[in-house]
Amino acid sequence: MDQPLSLVLFSGTDDKLQSAAVMTAGAAAIGKPVHIFLQYWALDSFRANKISKDHGLAPEAGPAGHAAVEALSAAGQEPWYETMRQAKDLGGVDIQACSLSMDLLELKANDLDPLVDGVEGVAAFWMNAGDGPVVFI
Amino acid sequence: MTTETVAIAQRVDARGLSCPLPIVRTAIAIKTLKTGDLIEVLATDPGSTKDFTAWAKTTGNELVTSSVTDGVYRFLLRRK
Repeated sequence: MDQPLSLVLFSGTDDKLQSAAVMTAGAAAIGKPVHIFLQYWALDSFRANKISKDHGLAPEAGPAGHAAVEALSAAGQEPWYETMRQAKDLGGVDIQACSLSMDLLELKANDLDPLVDGVEGVAAFWMNAGDGPVVFI
Repeated sequence: MTTETVAIAQRVDARGLSCPLPIVRTAIAIKTLKTGDLIEVLATDPGSTKDFTAWAKTTGNELVTSSVTDGVYRFLLRRK
């Protein structure tokens, strides 16, 4: 349980962010530390004024995939950012914005949702990852 | 004393919630309990039996009983 799980979130669509939230919440529930590094379109989806908006689905979803996701949502499935909030309530989850992506998107720290703990560079990310697994979503 | 005669300190109704929320809600709730306290969880997620068994094993909490009736899973856990 000592090695953290490190997730690099690149994609900003709701299905991929839901997948990341599930992996994060599951790890947090067993006491495994999780480090999340937000890049590109994932970081864009964590903007305070955008996090609860519709971010679409990955291209492979197709019409049937869209219908399935909508049905689950209509049945009361929590949005990914609520699952992420609960994962953070459990503790051990640290969410950092990639500083390069902050520049790319011309973002300031206070443009981001409070779920994001700070901004870091890639060297800090690798140091925190240690010998644990790194997953790119 | 058998487990069922010990009072259940807390109940989590996770029926209708999808994975991983039953585990997440349980992990949050069990933190408020004392060592040895019992928590009862109801869930309908089809992965529940494997998930609660794995969760108990990984966290060290004891899965006292596990059952399923008409698609509703019931778990009794004891805080470590």
